[in-house]
Parts: sequence; structure tokens; C-alpha cells
Amino acid sequence: MRTLSQKVWDDHVVRREDGQPDLLYVDLHLVHEVTSPQAFDGLRQNGRSVRRPDLTIATEDHNVPTENIHEPIADEISAKQVETLRANVSEFGITHYPMGHANQGIVHVIGPELGLTQPGMTIVCGDSHTSTHGAFGALAFGIGTSEVEHVLATQTLPQPAQETMAITITGELPVGSTAKDVVLAILGACGTGGGIGAIAEFRGPVIEALSMEGRMTVCNMSIEFGAKAGMIAPDDTTFAYLEGLPHAPKGADWESAVEYWRTLRTDEGATFDREVVIEGETITPHVTWGTNPGQVIRLADSVPSPDSFDDPVASEAASRALDYMGLTAGTPMREVPVDTVFIGSCTNSRIEDLRAAAAVAQGRHVADGMRTLVVPGSGLVKAQAEAEGLDRIFVDAGFDWREPGCSMCLAMNPDKLAEGERSASTSNRNFEGRQGRGGRTHLVSPAVAAATAIAGTFASPADLD
Amino acid sequence: MEPVHIVQGTAVPLDRSDVDTDQIIPSDWLKRVERTGFDKGLFSEWRDDPDFVMNREEHAGASILVGGPNFGTGSSREHAVWAIQQYGFAAVISPRFGPIFKNNCTKNGLVAVEVSADVGEQLLEAIAADPTLELTVDVERRTLEVPALELEVSFELSDSVQHRFLNGLDDIGLTMQHDDAIGSFESGRPGFKPATT
Ligand code: SF4
Repeated sequence: MRTLSQKVWDDHVVRREDGQPDLLYVDLHLVHEVTSPQAFDGLRQNGRSVRRPDLTIATEDHNVPTENIHEPIADEISAKQVETLRANVSEFGITHYPMGHANQGIVHVIGPELGLTQPGMTIVCGDSHTSTHGAFGALAFGIGTSEVEHVLATQTLPQPAQETMAITITGELPVGSTAKDVVLAILGACGTGGGIGAIAEFRGPVIEALSMEGRMTVCNMSIEFGAKAGMIAPDDTTFAYLEGLPHAPKGADWESAVEYWRTLRTDEGATFDREVVIEGETITPHVTWGTNPGQVIRLADSVPSPDSFDDPVASEAASRALDYMGLTAGTPMREVPVDTVFIGSCTNSRIEDLRAAAAVAQGRHVADGMRTLVVPGSGLVKAQAEAEGLDRIFVDAGFDWREPGCSMCLAMNPDKLAEGERSASTSNRNFEGRQGRGGRTHLVSPAVAAATAIAGTFASPADLD
Repeated sequence: MEPVHIVQGTAVPLDRSDVDTDQIIPSDWLKRVERTGFDKGLFSEWRDDPDFVMNREEHAGASILVGGPNFGTGSSREHAVWAIQQYGFAAVISPRFGPIFKNNCTKNGLVAVEVSADVGEQLLEAIAADPTLELTVDVERRTLEVPALELEVSFELSDSVQHRFLNGLDDIGLTMQHDDAIGSFESGRPGFKPATT
């Protein structure tokens, strides 16, 4: 009896030897400009080539500007990094979607929408949010640059065994709660270290009811509680999403693929090393208050006091976080004023996220002085949103509609928070300085982000009525 | 990577939990295409503060960094490991590491020593009280020793990583010896798996 992750793992073992990590085969390697230049350099220095360019794909996302993308990148160092990627992919024969290409976008958005992300695959990328692809029942995890080089050269990775972890969300979600609230609630329960050493499987009726977009949002943040990867068993929702996508199997291949994919479920009676259960009914909209994603509360709550933590380490971390965030214990979150709203990132920049935000924005206007950025995850998401008229809704409501990329998720491009500015952000990390030096980040869902842009303080859509 | 047997020296006590890789090396530094030049980027946002522990004279020349729990969480950026090494640290000690960070350490010969929460606290206090305290991390014996505290604890390091550390071996070369196994695995892959071309 095996769990989902064990099945996918076992199907990729190239070599197993006692006392050694398993050597796993990699089905898909995603590459972007930030974590790859030193890896390609390593190949050159050692006279090595890319073993499987046909299982490798590259795009530009972290550095790209979200305005004037048809002009050269103004920041010289960013420009050099992007040019270096272009030179590397052309030297090594790797398919590449550059800035401005219809298929360009955040690496974790384009894999799924092109149909390259499929159940039962192993997928790696020099980026910790590779866990996103686990939403399809793939074993997908982030790797460092040395490992990027290793995969380029050998299409494999030595991997030590991991524990298994089940995260079950029972019942159903309250109306108005989203996948983002689910994963923020999981982070509240697990903390930043609860998943270390394990591959998490998200299960239960709430997860099964989520769309693929929602499942990607949940799996995306697996790394934030330390898990190696997060996975969801593929089902009819998964197959319906995939069917007909450019790289999805066709004809007889589709039939054999689906037959195999249906076996990718945790066997009845298989046990997990760790189990977490959360009641879906308790998951109302959430918002982070601190400087790591585990420092999270309900939107309806007040900023916690450091004294409310029993653990001295957590208590000290809380007081440091409140200091950095400029928050006073006891302030209701709904009264905290926000000056910037960012809707985007590999957590929440897919079409469904934009639809959710647009539904809130429609017929309303952002608060005075509010800076807003809506950054679609990819060229395809942008085109789809424009075909649906979502861009008009945003622009009419006073939101800034941008070109695809990582943008203010990590502020490597010009989209940054200034010292002391406070954002409601649909991204995945609220670390100190993550969105710009001295910037204060609060993680929320797209619906809460849009409502906050309109209210000027943290708000859920229901608060606007 | 260079072989590493023993790391011996004084330490910097970085007494905070959840030091993520965005703090270790802020994203502006990730634009470099080289593998070197990251020493100045290490904790660059905190280093502006003259009181930041790494800036204090008594910790100059330390070769070991001691952090609180959840050190190196967050992003997969290997630049964090390069920055720590290039600044001059050869070992990092924490009660718990971010997993990708810890794995990246193993690719570069930076020794990540995981200790119990109690030992972690004891070290932070003892080093703050006496910056000249000498620590020894022994890769061969897999131990951390602090003679002045009469402390000797062992730490986990898998046989395969230890072997690579002691011999300065490159992972890729080792895997390439199994080219036949990779080739035969490839020939058995189902035809419905996608290609990017
Ligand atoms: S959107 Fe943010 S988290 Fe996602 S890949 Fe880009 S920088 Fe990383």
C-alpha cells in the first residue's frame, strides 16, 4: 500500500542503492533567468552538454518589467541576466519564451497552461514554488543552481527519501473563502517548519471541490511550511483541464495516459508519517500580520500580542515582526490602512484569480491614493483576461493593468514598495524587504486584495456591501 | 568543490528565528550572472546597522555562523550559500534549516550542523558572552565540539554527503558514471510523456 507521492517517486527511480539517495529521473525541467546562468557556466567549464533539451523549457519572468516591454530593459544588470539566458538557451538548443512572446510568463503559470505539467511527472525548477505543479499529481520541487546544472547534464537528481504528510481539509468552505485562505490556514496550523522533510498530500472534500487554479494556489505555498513538495491526486477535474492543451497527450496516447493517471491515488489503508486535519468551516478569509507566512490570522481578528505565544522563540519573533510591520497588538486587521495592492504572482495570477478580483472591482473604484498593480501570470492569461473584458473592468475601477511577470512578488523589476509602504499582496512571501527594502507585506486572496484596494483598509468583498 | 574535513574557529551568534534566504541575500543581488562576488550581499539590509552582530569587531574573522531555528527558509536561491561562504563562513549551525538551503549547502561544501533547540540556545548565549569561544565542526566524526563548554554533540550528515565533503567530489561526475542506467530508464519511459519541442 503506497501513498500518491510514493507511487510517483517509485516510477522515477533510475537507480537505488542502500545508503545512497535514490537517483530520480526528471520528466520536465523549467528554467528561468535568475538561477540558471551559473549552471550553464558550469556545463561549459566542464565540457558538458544538456542531455535532454526536449524535456527542458525556459522563460523570462523574475526580472521583466511590466510596462514598456517592447523597449530594452532599463536596469542594466537585469538586462544582462536576460541576455545571458537567451545566449545560453540558443547555445544549448532549449525552447524559450522571451518577454513579449504569447507564451511567456511566470514559469509556474506557463507549464500548466501549455499542458506540459501532467499527473505522475517529476518536475523541477530552480525556484522554490515549483511545488505549484503538484496540483496535477506531479512530484514537483524547487532546486538550487548546482542541481539545475546536475539536471541539465544528466536529466536526473539524487534525492534522499522523504516522509509522507497528509493535510486533510474536511467539510466545506464558508461562502467567500478561497483556495488562498485554505493554504494560509494550513500555514497557520503548520508554521514555517511543519512540513520539513516531508512531501505533503492535500486531500479531503474541500480540496476535491477546488478548481485546478485553486489547487495550484494551495500547492504553490507548500514550501512556505517547509514541505519538499505538495501534491493533490489527479481526478476528473484535472483531466478536464488538461484535455486539448497544446502539450497534452492526444488520441490513443490520451487514453493510455488517463488510464495511468487514474492509478495515482493514495491506496486505501496506506498510512502517512504525519497528519494534519483542518475543518473547512473554520476557514474564513485570512491575512498575514508578520514577516513570515506562518504569522497569519483571520481577517476578522486583531493583531496578536507577542505575549499570546507560549513559545518564547515565537513570542520574540512576533515582537520583532510587529516592530518591522509597524503594527500595534490589538488593532483590528480591518482597521489597518493599506497603500498598495498587488494582484499577481505564481500563487494568484491565473485567469480565475483575475476573474475573482474583477468581480469585486466591477462598478466600484479604488480608494484615493491607493496604488494598485494587476499583473497577469502569463501572456496567455493576459490575452484571455482581455478577451473577457477584465482589463476594462480593472482600468475603469482605477487599477493599473500590466504585462506578465513576477513583478512585485519579489521586486527584482521596477515594481517595488518604498520604505514603510504597506501592501495587500496575493503573492506568497511576506518576508522583510521581499517587495522592496522596508516594505510591509500582507498576504491575502485576490478577492480580499481587490476589496482592500476599494476600502483602503483590509476588507473582504462582503464588507463592501 | 573543495574537500572539507574540519572547521575550527570562532562564531557569529545571529540570535533570530526564521532567517529566510531573502534576508541572507536580498533579491537585488540575484541579478548577477557570476558565481562570485556575493560576500558584500550577505545580510546586506541588516549590515547597514553598525550594531548588527556581524559588524561587531569582536566577531571579526569568525568561520562559523550560528543562527536560530528555521534558518534559510524560503527561496531556493543558492546565492545564499555562496554569500555565506564567500564572506568567510565554512559552517552554519541551527536547530532547523530550510530544506532547500540545507541541500544547497551539500552541493558547495558548506557544513550545515543541525543541533537541538537547547544546544542552539546554549551556543548563542555562550558566544555572545565570550566571542573568542572556539568551536570545532568535524566532518569525519560528524561532531560539534566546544571544549570550553565541555560540549560534544553529533550531527546528522548522510554517508554520501560526507563522502563527497571529505573528497571534494562533484555530484554530476558521480551520476554520469551511471549513464547506462539513465539510458535504459529513458528507453522505458511511456510515449505519452510530453516534450517541450
Ligand atoms: S511569482 Fe514570485 S514566487 Fe513565483 S516564481 Fe516569481 S518571484 Fe518566485
